[in-house]
Amino acid sequence: MPNTLKPSERMKIPRQHSIEQPSTERTKNFNEVSFGLNEELALLEAKRCLDCKNPVCIDGCPVRIDIPGFIIKILEKDYAGAADKIREANYLPAICGRVCPQEDQCEIVCILGKKHEPVAIGKLERFVADYEMANNLFKSPVVNNHIDKKVAIVGSGPAGLTCAAELVKLGYKVTIFEALHATGGVLRYGIPEFRLPKEILDIEVNRVRELGAEILTNFVVGRTATLDELIDEMGYEAVFLGTGAGTPNFMEIPGEHLSGVLSANEFLTRVNFMKAYAFPEADTPIKIGKQIAVIGGGNTAMDAVRTAKRLGAEQAYLIYRRSRKEMPARVEEVMHAEEEGIEFMMLTNPLRIIGDEFNWVKAIECQKMELGEPDDSGRRKPIPIKGSEYIIEVQNVIEAIGQKPNPIIQATTPGLGISKRGTVVVDNKTMVTSRPNVFAGGDLIHGGATVILAMHDGKLAAASMHEYLQNVDKEEKVTK
Amino acid sequence: MYKIIEKQKLSETITKLVIESPRVAKKRKAGNFVMIRVKEGGERIPITIADSDIEKGTVSIIVQAIGKTTKMLCSLKEGEYVLDFVGPLGEPTPIENFGRVVCIGGGVGTAEVYPIAKALRDAGNEVIGIIGARSKDLIILEKEMGEVCNKLYITTDDGSYQGKGFVSDQLQDLINSGMKIDGVYAIGPIPMMKVCANVTRPFGIKTYVSLNPIMVDGTGMCGGCRVTVGGKMKFACVDGPEFDAHEVDFDELIMRNRTYADLETISDKTYEEHVCKLEGVK
Repeated sequence: MPNTLKPSERMKIPRQHSIEQPSTERTKNFNEVSFGLNEELALLEAKRCLDCKNPVCIDGCPVRIDIPGFIIKILEKDYAGAADKIREANYLPAICGRVCPQEDQCEIVCILGKKHEPVAIGKLERFVADYEMANNLFKSPVVNNHIDKKVAIVGSGPAGLTCAAELVKLGYKVTIFEALHATGGVLRYGIPEFRLPKEILDIEVNRVRELGAEILTNFVVGRTATLDELIDEMGYEAVFLGTGAGTPNFMEIPGEHLSGVLSANEFLTRVNFMKAYAFPEADTPIKIGKQIAVIGGGNTAMDAVRTAKRLGAEQAYLIYRRSRKEMPARVEEVMHAEEEGIEFMMLTNPLRIIGDEFNWVKAIECQKMELGEPDDSGRRKPIPIKGSEYIIEVQNVIEAIGQKPNPIIQATTPGLGISKRGTVVVDNKTMVTSRPNVFAGGDLIHGGATVILAMHDGKLAAASMHEYLQNVDKEEKVTK
Repeated sequence: MYKIIEKQKLSETITKLVIESPRVAKKRKAGNFVMIRVKEGGERIPITIADSDIEKGTVSIIVQAIGKTTKMLCSLKEGEYVLDFVGPLGEPTPIENFGRVVCIGGGVGTAEVYPIAKALRDAGNEVIGIIGARSKDLIILEKEMGEVCNKLYITTDDGSYQGKGFVSDQLQDLINSGMKIDGVYAIGPIPMMKVCANVTRPFGIKTYVSLNPIMVDGTGMCGGCRVTVGGKMKFACVDGPEFDAHEVDFDELIMRNRTYADLETISDKTYEEHVCKLEGVK
């Protein structure tokens, strides 16, 4: 059923909003905040799409999903077809429909957004993926082509999973090596249940497995076997590195050694990955005071502060040294945090953390800031206001001020080009590293970015790995 | 799943487990550790590798049952499994021919210093061993240490076996006797390592300790294992676990390790009660 509405009629339909758990309820549980669009709302929202001749939304999507293509399938009520359409470009639609910053990508360029609100592309993506799951409509595509070559993927996060899916579809034998005991990388340890339920993650990871990728957990490349051993001894002909940016930065202010000071990584790993919220049924503990402070303004900071609230913090402060406008977190997450009663302390910079006689955090001293001229990042630089120091009582300080790549692979792989920031250097057209059979992408090369950018890298790398492996064959034939 | 091939009780609370893990067995070096998760819902805990057999594909760990997770681990039987076993992790011990080295193990720390003593002996060092515990029945690996050390001293806090006193007293005695020592490896409880560092510091004897901070992932991701060494923040899991003893802030480590002490007690108590109930059923 094509869209029979005239463009003017389409524009009259307001943007449809997700059904959400009320904010008063959701701070008491870890269940998903947003329930997404139901069928009726999704159909209405899909009608808003102008089906542009030149769909710029596709250009806005890092993995180039055929957005009008899948929206038309929704209008035809062919939801499985819509999901398949998305999956041609993106094998993790239920995840991306939840965690992608659509407002900065596909939706920001939507023509409808010029005068009205853009089409809720992300919400439609999620609807399609969820509908397909709920109704068991998914059929794993059959891979007919088989290439007798082994490819190794290091890390089972979004970059690795995407690269693996693409290479399996091309016919390669793919093994994903995962250091932790469970798959998903940052999707599992970093993103809380209330934003991305583990059940959804498991389903999409299993689809990559069903497609044909083998996943080995508890395998730390660099330690359990080095990258060179994967190639020389285990017979992998090409390797994709997608090990992310797992190493947390610390502010390097006095008092960081105190008990109760955690990196957001540790906090979220304990709670999300090791299920500390269920202690003592789960064995990993976490201790959260009545007043807590999270430092930072990105999505990780939002995840941490909202998690702390759910663990019982009565006052959960978000301390950020610039203003709200500069916060890198997604608008939706900031809004949700605010609705949940998170207290935003903008233009505030921590100076030191103060401990009690048991070496536990009891307060944090901060300083007010004002914004000066733009710095290298193009954002206005925060400048301390003299004499504005003050102390707030908190029992935990959680630092979410960014991550850098985990150093193990870099330290154990000779000849791999590394930047000063510890990121792996790649050619940004082919994702190839300084070694011709080693490719890399995701946070490992960017030092902390988005899920969808990691997926873009994984896709690009898969294509150039394919090209590399074909050329190796040709060269072999010539030399023979 | 990683199978327990062999189990041996070394003392009332200390158990040796030989676990099937060919990859770890092949790669491990002295000083490395593994992260273990016993069962679903369990903690990830670091345990130093005591030994390995490449041909059999097995790794030996020696565990002291002190909390819920280590108690569960020690209660597993031959033929049973641990859920996760990952490694070898950490930077291996720098092994070279220093000349004469003293390897000190306190309590279960003896299991950690043993592979180092062995590697140092193989590298051509004269190895002097000092192992100690609170009392006679807590001394472990006496025979094994005896085999790799040119001379082995044993101390017990209560004097129930061999020399009465602490391992650090024995170390002090050796230094006082005028023995030329080219390096010291001291592994055991934090206060013991701290005292050993204090003993060697005035003489400028290079001393290494293996730190055991709180750890979650073991691969450099959580920052929970941060320790101050030489005034700088280090992650024990990727920068260590061994560090220059004279640079380590031991007091900070002691404080940080107490972070979850009360919750660990709850966890342990719940487990003990659970075990008692199960035993009552029998």
